[in-house]
Amino acid sequence: MTEYYTRMGDGKRVSMTKEQIMADLQAGTADAADMGEIPALSSAEMEQLFEIIADKNRIVGVEPGHEVVLTYDIGQLDFTGDNGNSGNGVDMGRLESALLHERALGADTFELAHADYSIKPVKPIIANEMQTMEEIQNEIVAPYFYGAMPNMGLYYAPDGPYGNPADLLREFKMEESMASSEAASEHLARDIEYVSTRIIQAGADGFNFDTTASAGDADFVGTLKGVEALRKACPDAYINVGMAGESVMGIHGGMEYDGKIVAGMYPHQQVKVAEKAGADVFGPVCNTNTSKSLAWNLARSVTFIKECVKVASIPCHVNMGMGVGGIPMCETAPIDAVTRCNKAMVEIAHVDGI
Amino acid sequence: MAVPHYMASGMGGIRTAGDLVARIEYDKNLKVDKAKEYVAKKLGLDSLEIADEYIMRELREELKIGTVTAVPGVPRGIAAKMNIEKLLDIKINSCEKFRGMLN
Repeated sequence: MTEYYTRMGDGKRVSMTKEQIMADLQAGTADAADMGEIPALSSAEMEQLFEIIADKNRIVGVEPGHEVVLTYDIGQLDFTGDNGNSGNGVDMGRLESALLHERALGADTFELAHADYSIKPVKPIIANEMQTMEEIQNEIVAPYFYGAMPNMGLYYAPDGPYGNPADLLREFKMEESMASSEAASEHLARDIEYVSTRIIQAGADGFNFDTTASAGDADFVGTLKGVEALRKACPDAYINVGMAGESVMGIHGGMEYDGKIVAGMYPHQQVKVAEKAGADVFGPVCNTNTSKSLAWNLARSVTFIKECVKVASIPCHVNMGMGVGGIPMCETAPIDAVTRCNKAMVEIAHVDGI
Repeated sequence: MAVPHYMASGMGGIRTAGDLVARIEYDKNLKVDKAKEYVAKKLGLDSLEIADEYIMRELREELKIGTVTAVPGVPRGIAAKMNIEKLLDIKINSCEKFRGMLN
């Protein structure tokens, strides 16, 4: 029986028969459909996914005319950072990195980033970031954002002023835990407004909120309120809201935005509140399960993202880094897997960008 | 990750019209097909041609909207973006700030 080379969610190469791949595609889409209460992929779409996965070529791509826009997270840290950011450890200036992405790597957009890539540490050095933004805007042509993670975990002890909700929950201090989340959420919204409006004043095309809701529902609400404030202060700013996972964790459990509890929201629900807050582009996420195959992960991801794109009124740029969007969770994601996930997201989920 | 994604489905940024389509997605909240149509119409091309490096390399130099290779005297940065503003009928923040610095 013919076997096809494919990958596991951790990147390891395996070979599977068509029957095994189709069974994993079926199970992956069924899992997403069940969790998100959304339609599963059709038989024709799963056959299309199989053809992409089973392609004999090392890399695959979309048909000419089906190209999409690429946006980026982590900015220059993909060159300069350490392996914690999957960086190459190549020391260079932020101007050089931006222009290399624009003129050598085919980037449609790019962004400036702080070494810690979080909102909170940018606040005390905002003037430095504004100066660098002004300088790079003088040279670059492509849309150039400022990017940072809301990363609300930095607002909790021992790094921040508020009690850690997880610690408080372990002590059965439910009300204190919820109050701490609410206070941190408001603090985050204030910091987002401070940082984002100033960087737009320096000429940034927009702001990329990356890994939103990594600290759960209060992180999501704080970010949405920050986006609201930025949209009000800077009506023409390009705003990108990218997520941390397919489901918003309910660390608080009762946090609401626009009258809706955000805990447990899936991409097709997340995009509607992001639109309401004022986002121009939404970045849906589906995390990779390293114990499952590429087929299972990709079918699950495409199912979530396809529904998100379908209901969205704004463009969707799906997150396709290491460990998201069906791509294996490893530092050196194999290019056979990356290009297959890319093609599937464009041709089956119909994303507007990656 | 940037390279395989570009190879699989990326528009190519200023190698083609990727930066222009990106601006229209954000500026007008248009989905990719509509954003491409908008840009193609402004360039007098079709949606396939705006992602063609052969066509766009010459056209970008002619329109003075930034080229991927370094050509002395051809606008880049703010100057190229001011030309993009006129071409796409949009305002670009960095150009607005630049104009605000002039007497």
